[in-house]
Amino acid sequence: MSPRASLTRIVRRNGWVIGLCALLGVLLIVTKIIQPNYGAAGFGSLVRAALPFAFAAAAQALVVIVGGVDLSIASMMALTSVTAATLMEGSSEEFAILVVLLVLLMGLVLGAINGALIVITRVPDIVVTLAMLFVWEGAALLVLQAPGGAAAQWLKALIVGTVDVAWLPREVSTWIPKGLVLLVVALGVVWIPLRRSRLGLSMYAVGSDPLAAFRSGVAIGRTKIVAYALAGLFAAMGGLVLTMSTGIGAPIPGPYLLASVAAVVLGGVTLGGGKGGLVGPIVAVLILRLVRTDLTFLAIDPNVTTIIEGTIMVFVVMLGGLVALRSHPR
Amino acid sequence: MTSDLLLEATGVVKHYGAVAALRDASLSVRPGEVHALLGANGAGKSTLVKILTGVVRPDAGRILVRGQARAVHSPAEARRTGLVSVYQEPALIPDLDVAANLRLTETPVEPFMAWVAKLGVPTLDLFELARNLPLAVLRILDLARALAIEPDVLLLDEMTAALPADLAERGLDVVARQRETGRSVIFISHRLLEISALCDRATVLRDGETVGTVTMAPGAEEQIVALMLGAPAEEPLEAEPQRVRESARSAEETPRLRVRRLRAGTKLDNVSFELRVGEVLGLVALEGQGQDELFGVLSGSRRPSGGTIEVDGREVHFRHPADAIRAGLVYVPDDRAEALLMQRPVRENIALPQCARPSAWGPIDMRADKERVDRAIDRLQIDTRAQGEVQRLSGGNQQKVTIARWIAGGVGTLLCFDPTRGIDIRTKREIYHLLRELAAAGSAVLLYTSELEEVQLACDRAIVIFGGRVVDDMSAQIADEPALVRAAYGLPRAASGEAAGGTATGSEAPA
Repeated sequence: MSPRASLTRIVRRNGWVIGLCALLGVLLIVTKIIQPNYGAAGFGSLVRAALPFAFAAAAQALVVIVGGVDLSIASMMALTSVTAATLMEGSSEEFAILVVLLVLLMGLVLGAINGALIVITRVPDIVVTLAMLFVWEGAALLVLQAPGGAAAQWLKALIVGTVDVAWLPREVSTWIPKGLVLLVVALGVVWIPLRRSRLGLSMYAVGSDPLAAFRSGVAIGRTKIVAYALAGLFAAMGGLVLTMSTGIGAPIPGPYLLASVAAVVLGGVTLGGGKGGLVGPIVAVLILRLVRTDLTFLAIDPNVTTIIEGTIMVFVVMLGGLVALRSHPR
Repeated sequence: MTSDLLLEATGVVKHYGAVAALRDASLSVRPGEVHALLGANGAGKSTLVKILTGVVRPDAGRILVRGQARAVHSPAEARRTGLVSVYQEPALIPDLDVAANLRLTETPVEPFMAWVAKLGVPTLDLFELARNLPLAVLRILDLARALAIEPDVLLLDEMTAALPADLAERGLDVVARQRETGRSVIFISHRLLEISALCDRATVLRDGETVGTVTMAPGAEEQIVALMLGAPAEEPLEAEPQRVRESARSAEETPRLRVRRLRAGTKLDNVSFELRVGEVLGLVALEGQGQDELFGVLSGSRRPSGGTIEVDGREVHFRHPADAIRAGLVYVPDDRAEALLMQRPVRENIALPQCARPSAWGPIDMRADKERVDRAIDRLQIDTRAQGEVQRLSGGNQQKVTIARWIAGGVGTLLCFDPTRGIDIRTKREIYHLLRELAAAGSAVLLYTSELEEVQLACDRAIVIFGGRVVDDMSAQIADEPALVRAAYGLPRAASGEAAGGTATGSEAPA
């Protein structure tokens, strides 16, 4: 195949993500117009605010790709966050490394429990994860009654400031907040090898057509459990980020569940499963956060803000559908 | 004896709840043979296939592969023991490209591509999403993928059902040549002609039991039909006796449906024909000659780009299937899932087109509804033991429901798109009978069929579409398979006396 044809294909396959990036670019320009002194610092705080949402969206995206849904993501984030904060309170900086590993493992286990319950009991995913939403929330309250705990200094520093790379000019590196690097590394370490493995293919296969996947020799149950477990891992990363940014743990789940579903939908992951990736939802998170920032700059009533956010979502998804319809006449 | 069998299943039993799907099934396949597996719908063929390929587990019975007992628990495991199946529905993952699909099943690419070429698909883009490929190509890819693994036993379930004639021929040829390498094929099909041409032996199932294995020889078809029906075969492939051919009379009247220079999409290009009251008109075409577009336009689900449609002499413009239904044009698709609410009861499925009529507001008249539905069920002899959910009926009974839902309300024109695909012979005959009866009662039927013998079994007249145009119009008497095939490939009609008689009947040649 000619390089030109394969380039066209890359553009066509990733059209949605490219479109989202363009939208983000436009929004950044709009922001600059509304607020002329918006710059690297503003972008940095945008990323920091978006971090927990980004991890929640990545977790949700994984589950949606296999054709499921996980309503317990925000609760898992709360549980892992309070666990980390409690364990780190009054302990040494080195011990915190152990805590991080332990909490990540905990996330894997929580997610695997979700997945295993769905696969073994055959109760619909939406019911199981709704039930687990309450279970994990209760567990979080058992760990910590009220917001409290602490976080290691080095952890907190991980998402503050920008990276200093010797070979990069200062003007560029101020635009690379540490939080963004953390996000890319944490998700990339899991996602990139996964995407290239047979397991990753199996995840898309199960979401796309479970019967055909079964007939192709895919172990459906195992694939689903792995997807939920990895979603748990990402949720634990989100929980850790929460503790990093606030320095404490809060047992009541934040607004991450619905936000994750919104980002997944806007990010081009079809709710039926089998389509999309992680980049789309994360760009979508940034877009949704930036819209909110802009509306704040414009001093618009916060109650109206949510109406506008909802409208944007419907409008963008509809527009995408129209574009897809145009390029694939049937 | 046992040792030289490649695959042997004996005494296989499977119950689903109280229903026995298989009571005592057996099958033995020798190395290097093409073995047909036959049976009416509901006889247990698909259950046996599922057991052989590890999709479901049997309650009892023994399965030997090369003389060794095997318990197969999943399709992946079946593949490792050398048993690969090609199913009726495409098995490629729609959202993955072809290359990723191959990686998923760990299929070697080179032999796969070689088989694809051999099967008659010259160019294939490995990076195209399976979703974007036409159905016929997907079927070929499924077959090529199975062949590339070089299985000892290849299970083919209705392989030719969705293939156009030329690809089907190639596929059958490739299957026949599997013999030379000592591999075996289990071939499931409803097309007896195919089976007698291709297979060495045939095993027949009836009501969950193996009732016999026939060695294919001239005359074996009769034997097979007899075994399948369980009673002496009474003229198995005879045309409907009470056929009425009074086209001379109805030619005077306004036709029920007149299509003039109809165009749609890129495929349908200038089609004209008439459908008269009391007529069953056959429509024959190779895959993708515009028949899908034609039925789409006539049933109101897509808009034509040119031409006119007249119903009872009045020009109509459909914007929505509801418009077509109001004009008395109703559509029976080949894919039953397209027409039925699979999770709802038989009763609701039949009643829906009536109570969902655009003009009907207010509460449903339950009593009238029930009477209509009961009449339809009775008339079609639908087996309603599993009527709670349509999806639990057998394929043949589901197809009957798709027709019954329209009959219940009394219908002007039935547009049937390959309604007998994948249905057993007995049900097929019931459907032909029903179509004739409807026509006799004053309806008109347009019947697209991919099984050419249906034209003479059920129709008065046949039109042939090739390249988006009507290329021939012949009476059923002369529309035998060779004549239809010639026309469908765009060849001129063989010069003979009979041909002249045909043109006289089909007076409306394309303008």
